[in-house]
Amino acid sequence: MTKNIKISINGIPIEVEQGTTILDAARQAGVIIPSLCYHKDLCIAGNCRVCVVEIAGQKRLAAACATPCEEEMEILTNSLNVLHSRKQIIELLLSEHNADCTSCFKNGSCELQKLASDYKILKQDFIRLVPFKNYTIDKFSPSIIKDDSKCIRCQRCVRTCAELQGINALTVAYKGDQMKITTFFEKPINDVVCSTCGQCINHCPTGALVERNYIEKVWDAIADKSKHVIVQTAPAVRVGLGEELGFGPGERVTGKMVTALKRLGFDAVMDTDFTADLTIMEEGTELLTRLKSVLVDHDPKVKLPMATSCSPGWIKYIEHLFPDFLDHLSTCKSPQQMFGALAKTYYAKARNLDPEKIISVSIMPCTAKKFEAARPEMHDSGYRDVDYVLTTRELAIMIKQAGLDFMKLDDSHFDRLMGESTGAAVIFGATGGVMEAALRTVYELVTGREIPFKNLNITPVRGMEGVKEASVKIENPLEEWTFLDGVELKCAVAHGLVNAHKIMELIRLGKADYHFVEIMACPGGCLGGGGQPIPTSPEIRKKRAEAIYAEDEGMPLRKSHQNPEIIKIYKDFLDHPLSEKSHHLLHTHYVARERF
Amino acid sequence: MTASYQLKRADFIFKNENDWEQVLQKSISRSPQDLINELISSELKGRGGAGFPTGLKWKLTAEVSDSVKYVICNADEGEPGTFKDREILSMVPYKVLTGMAVCAHVIGAKEGYIYLRGEYFFLLPELNKSIREFEYYCKEINLDFTIRIFMGSGAYICGEETALFESMEGKRGEPRNKPPYPSNYGYMGKPTVINNVETLAHTFTIFKYGAKRFYDLGVQYSRGSKLFSVSGDTPKPGIYELELGMSLADFVEEFGDGDTKAVQVGGASGFLVPRKRFNETAIGFQGKLVGISLPTGGSMMLFNSSRSMFNVLDNYLEFFREESCGQCTPCRVGCQQLLKGIKAVKRGEKNAKYLDKLLRLTETMKLTAKCGLGQSVANSFSSIVENFREEMIY
Ligand SMILES: Cc1cc2nc3c(=O)[nH]c(=O)nc-3n(C[C@H](O)[C@H](O)[C@H](O)COP(=O)(O)O)c2cc1C
Ligand code: SF4
Ligand code: SF4
Ligand code: SF4
Ligand code: SF4
Ligand code: FES
Repeated sequence: MTKNIKISINGIPIEVEQGTTILDAARQAGVIIPSLCYHKDLCIAGNCRVCVVEIAGQKRLAAACATPCEEEMEILTNSLNVLHSRKQIIELLLSEHNADCTSCFKNGSCELQKLASDYKILKQDFIRLVPFKNYTIDKFSPSIIKDDSKCIRCQRCVRTCAELQGINALTVAYKGDQMKITTFFEKPINDVVCSTCGQCINHCPTGALVERNYIEKVWDAIADKSKHVIVQTAPAVRVGLGEELGFGPGERVTGKMVTALKRLGFDAVMDTDFTADLTIMEEGTELLTRLKSVLVDHDPKVKLPMATSCSPGWIKYIEHLFPDFLDHLSTCKSPQQMFGALAKTYYAKARNLDPEKIISVSIMPCTAKKFEAARPEMHDSGYRDVDYVLTTRELAIMIKQAGLDFMKLDDSHFDRLMGESTGAAVIFGATGGVMEAALRTVYELVTGREIPFKNLNITPVRGMEGVKEASVKIENPLEEWTFLDGVELKCAVAHGLVNAHKIMELIRLGKADYHFVEIMACPGGCLGGGGQPIPTSPEIRKKRAEAIYAEDEGMPLRKSHQNPEIIKIYKDFLDHPLSEKSHHLLHTHYVARERF
Repeated sequence: MTASYQLKRADFIFKNENDWEQVLQKSISRSPQDLINELISSELKGRGGAGFPTGLKWKLTAEVSDSVKYVICNADEGEPGTFKDREILSMVPYKVLTGMAVCAHVIGAKEGYIYLRGEYFFLLPELNKSIREFEYYCKEINLDFTIRIFMGSGAYICGEETALFESMEGKRGEPRNKPPYPSNYGYMGKPTVINNVETLAHTFTIFKYGAKRFYDLGVQYSRGSKLFSVSGDTPKPGIYELELGMSLADFVEEFGDGDTKAVQVGGASGFLVPRKRFNETAIGFQGKLVGISLPTGGSMMLFNSSRSMFNVLDNYLEFFREESCGQCTPCRVGCQQLLKGIKAVKRGEKNAKYLDKLLRLTETMKLTAKCGLGQSVANSFSSIVENFREEMIY
């Protein structure tokens, strides 16, 4: 049982649960104590010291984020001592910081900038340290730009990579004035074990870690009359984008987003959800084929559990850290890359376009998708399948640049051919969604009946628990699938690579008796992706997830195999799942990578 | 000057006692409460810097219930120019080991560690031999206690207790937030007593001769004797065991070269005392005359009139700029600003008033830095700048 204790904040008495930090207690009392190194997703570091407060009877100030309240504590958050010290700390940070805000990607959305603005640091007479520093900018990654001159050494990225992702690609090196955030042997981030998930970007308070942006390239393409510029939007974008444009978290803005993209000048606005449905067809069939090879043919080369492959951050992770287990991955490309390969083949043919003239853009909640699009394998259409990948945030920037009053936009629909989708595709954006979508289709393929969950909502795979397990018993299957009669299909779902690691360890030890596992690199799945609006927190991700499931419930079709455009593409172009053409365009292979 | 402020030599620490077996056996036959009381009444305070009452530290850790606890001997001795812990470990290791074992008995620990400064690897063969012999005896008297040596990595900050735990746990040596304190959450998150080498050696004296013998040395609030590393402009540098509470004037008379301008008490993180204050300064934890603490190691560095106080300060700041772990803003950036700042004033790039801004900065560092390193930069900075302001400017 938790005990309540009495404290006072700025003279106002309040009661808080024992163990509450001063920072949280103050927030409960309606007092915001500024913070930088603190992040709700991460363990406490207490290193920036901007959150210092005065506690009656103590000589030194205390870091509010790191100090638990004690009975009778009298806390002052704005005493002169606090204000002077806090201001000086901000001033110190700025003296070490390359604060050319006007040419910074984070201009306007930076926590350091906001602090400097709130505290009006007008006279900065500390010596500027930047000219004495050997700051470097790492621009080698297609996903991430790391600019040390913008880093305030709060270690949020380090903790993110360690605690949420379990990778430790970013670490602290050196001490004193040389202390910095770096990688193994200070290699470019593109050459180390980094998954390119972008979680560190999402958790960085400044412009030190940002996505490599392709906004100007996309504007150039749109302006180029000789090009046909098409765009696809991932499921999670529609529940995040609003946050950048005036809405609160969890607002669904699908229709406005489509209108905005049309107004920006894209020649066709289509939906990654379409290829999410396609993924289910391909991956579901692949799962069944694998089950048969293992259960009936006892083929030792075929591995179970099969793991999903739509999260490129997860793919790069397993390539680095479990290179001996790549056979567990489904060979399906991610929906983005399926879309890309089809855009310059199927779509080009249907619209009678020269694929060379097509520029294919995707809007993703993800920075790993930038890396994925740049993989040399991803040229199956004969061209680079996806030309530019923009994050949700970059799209919001374009919408602002175009002067669109987003809130006032009407809704419109995706364009045909690759714009139709089902609720099963929408939930790809949440952890457990791919699993749920796959089960809805696979169960029905095998038994001819709907999966026996109320409203098709497979709740055991939903929610924010790190690893979720579920099983579905198959009874009375159709003729073709009798070998599955009585089989308990065992599934597991993990999000955040630290949880992926748990499942991979089980697999490595031979202790995983799952048939199918879904793994998403980011916390909460794509809705918490590294390209989504900042800030992120458990509460915000929960709201986005609710929006995703609401979108699913509101769709007339909720099973991938019902999507009329899916039926059409198999009829007109692909023949059937895992056909030769599918293999060529929709499937891929993986490469083992180094472990540092 | 009353008698108690005179310089008095003592000879406990290095006195060769060959009865450690009896002392250990006798001690562990006593109850933890009894031993704690003995220690508390001796008024022994930690010799590693912070001067925390040792008896209370043991008591607090004993009171936490946990099946796993640790005793750690801090032998990181990173303060430049001090080597008293090295001397203790090479000359009277049994005193330290006995202190650790008694502590283990008091708090209920089975494992002890010596965190040994990397540069002291040459002590290893002898020390390991002593430990093996010691453990053998522990077994004989049915005391379940083992001691392992952990080699430090060479960073000064790893001497700070929580950074030391982090480093032992294989992590980067960065100080933790306090609370929680080691008595609740130390090495591996377990209740831990961490004591300086010299502190542990003193407990041997106390358990052997009784608290009174120790208490009778020194003055009020500063009981017992202490090792001092005397260096700088002195004809007799070295390690001396002196009773606490002597006046600095007496000290300078004994160790100075006749031209002493100032003494830095307590190393880089200590205070500089100018000649005009020698008389009113006593060396102890809460000197009756001027409150001066004894940070790490009891380093005493004498400066004669040929020394530039600007250079002295410059050296200390260089040390801090480099040895700060770099995690917290006030210390990491503050040290750089102080160092660059005094140089700028010296060169005339900033006017003399800038020194006041820097003094205010050290105040912020004292108030807000995460650990003792950043908090104590103000000590040398303000005592040097305030007493030798002209030397900073011209
Ligand atoms: C920067 C810094 C360095 C320190 N280095 C040492 C050291 O080398 N040896 C030591 O015994 N204590 C050192 N300390 C003090 C320890 O944190 C701790 O207070 C001490 O080991 C406790 O032992 P005691 O109570 O016996 O003094 C250092 C403290 C700080 C802040
Ligand atoms: S990181 Fe923030 S404070 Fe720094 S330049 Fe960019 S916007 Fe400005
Ligand atoms: S992108 Fe992801 S894996 Fe790479 S450093 Fe950042 S958090 Fe770590
Ligand atoms: S890169 Fe960003 S998150 Fe990482 S330490 Fe620097 S400012 Fe903090
Ligand atoms: S005060 Fe200095 S040494 Fe201590 S934690 Fe802060 S940066 Fe590290
Ligand atoms: S937010 Fe508390 S120290 Fe950084």
